[in-house]
Amino acid sequence: MNAFLSEREVIGFWLRKGATYAVLLGGVVAMSVPFLWMISTSLKAPDQVKVFPPIWIPEVLHWENYVIAWTSAPFNWYLFNSFFIATVSTALELITTAMAAYAFAKMDFFGKKILFVLLLGTLMIPGEMLLIPNYITIVKLSWIDTYYALIVPWIVSVFGIFLLRQFFMSQPDELWDAAQLDNCSRFRFLWQILIPLSRPGLMTVALFKFIGSWNAFLWVIIMTNSPEKRTLPVGLRNFTQEAGSLFELLTAASTLVILPILILFFFTQKQFIEGIARSGIR
Amino acid sequence: MTQAAPTPKLSLIQRIQAYFASDQLRSPRFWKDSLQAYIYLLPTLVILGVFTFFPFVNSFFLSLHEGPITNPTRTFTGLEHFEKLFQDRKFWKAMWNTTYYVMFSVPTTIFLALFFAVLLNTKIRFKGFFRTAFFLPYITPTVAAAVVWEWIFHRDWGLFNSFLNFFGIPKQDFINNPELAMPMVILFSIWKYMGFNIVIFLAGLQNISKEYYDAAAIDGANAWQRFWKITFPLLTPVTFFVLIISMVGAFKVFDEIFVIFHGSTGPLDSAMTVMIFFYQTAFGRFKMGYASAIAYTMFIVIFLFTLLQMWLAKRRVHYGG
Repeated sequence: MNAFLSEREVIGFWLRKGATYAVLLGGVVAMSVPFLWMISTSLKAPDQVKVFPPIWIPEVLHWENYVIAWTSAPFNWYLFNSFFIATVSTALELITTAMAAYAFAKMDFFGKKILFVLLLGTLMIPGEMLLIPNYITIVKLSWIDTYYALIVPWIVSVFGIFLLRQFFMSQPDELWDAAQLDNCSRFRFLWQILIPLSRPGLMTVALFKFIGSWNAFLWVIIMTNSPEKRTLPVGLRNFTQEAGSLFELLTAASTLVILPILILFFFTQKQFIEGIARSGIR
Repeated sequence: MTQAAPTPKLSLIQRIQAYFASDQLRSPRFWKDSLQAYIYLLPTLVILGVFTFFPFVNSFFLSLHEGPITNPTRTFTGLEHFEKLFQDRKFWKAMWNTTYYVMFSVPTTIFLALFFAVLLNTKIRFKGFFRTAFFLPYITPTVAAAVVWEWIFHRDWGLFNSFLNFFGIPKQDFINNPELAMPMVILFSIWKYMGFNIVIFLAGLQNISKEYYDAAAIDGANAWQRFWKITFPLLTPVTFFVLIISMVGAFKVFDEIFVIFHGSTGPLDSAMTVMIFFYQTAFGRFKMGYASAIAYTMFIVIFLFTLLQMWLAKRRVHYGG
């Protein structure tokens, strides 16, 4: 603090500071109430759920709600499917995006500009608009209710290509000149030099994909009809139809669906938030 | 694009002619490189071709036809679907509901996000904690959040009603009251998407040079003046970006409504957005041609809207630095 400030200014400073914290804390409370309420409900006995005014802290913690919820629908399958689909499509997307980004960043080829504009144009197309023709395509391929339908159409991301292209372009061309002197092939250059140097970019693309795939809903609803192929969000939504108003079980199931993504987020939040910030500034 | 030609302006045809006359095209090395590049682009082009470019064209084609899912182009109907659509009261209801949703959720979310982002950009502790807390709803699977939300707004035992009770307001039946159904969804979307906007605004705020504020402080500007004379104008490109993606996203709202209202259109169709209307037409009643017309109309609305905003931005947005 500046020693030349008057007492009034010092008080004003602390008042402002206090008000800032108070408002921010208020916001945080409002944001977290649904989460806390979900956990609170998930641990209650049925007779403590349906009371008014609501009880925040259950008398006895009923952890078994989680077991009951998990075993009353094939959640193990859903979890496996979500994990499998998210992992495979993330891995495949990294490969396709890195390859395409490499071509755009470091190669000169016929029709480059037109292709670039065409790709940029796809960002203007709302995916929802493509649902019916894609559904028909998937039916024709006999891919309904298969993992193919849930993975293959989603292994390309134009956003990812542009992001990685930026990363690749920021590597000097002298690197490639030097690599050529050592007889390095284009593929080895991508794999052993560009990719390791662009790790943050790849990480961002992977995270976006994984979370996007994990949370995908409408596509999965349309493309699957047996429980064996459902993912967690779709499985949860079907569970809401079955469990009706057993809110202690519904909230327990919801908690379990949210948990994996929260854990992932806590370990990677710096990358994730920087990725979003980067996409926004451009 | 980055490398704009410094040469005098040529027409598109002249540029194409110049391109085909260039020496580059006569070097074998260029064609070898091109071949290689296309090998790298192959997976992307195949997938985009099958699942983006082809359906984009096909969608319009489908909207001109009628037929069962196994043979969706059995009969050619021309623009009939579009004519019918513009006279369909359900469609206009859906458009109105969607507009209502966009008009209230987007500005509120952006305003609140900007407000919290400015607070978070001051010298405070636990910045990371605050930011994470605001951001969590955004990564939460919408379905799981919607389940909790339905419970919070339950007529008899909901938390929100107990909050209203505290202020002496009687219990409300949010899910079955046509006047409250959409406001509840709007509240949900503010909660869900605010954190995303905060993160983008924070990044934008951190890009503003401290020098501006130092200069303003010397001139004796107060916090309010500093916000309106420095922060806000310099932040307009970011605000504009947030506005476009929020509006386009909001226009396509589906998941939360589908879960909260159990696949229905809400009381008296009050929660029937364009996407819900589309889904029911396509995958409830399997009218693929008619639904394609809805989808195409939706695309055109979003597209025109984005163009309009870009045009406005060109004239009004203040690109600083």
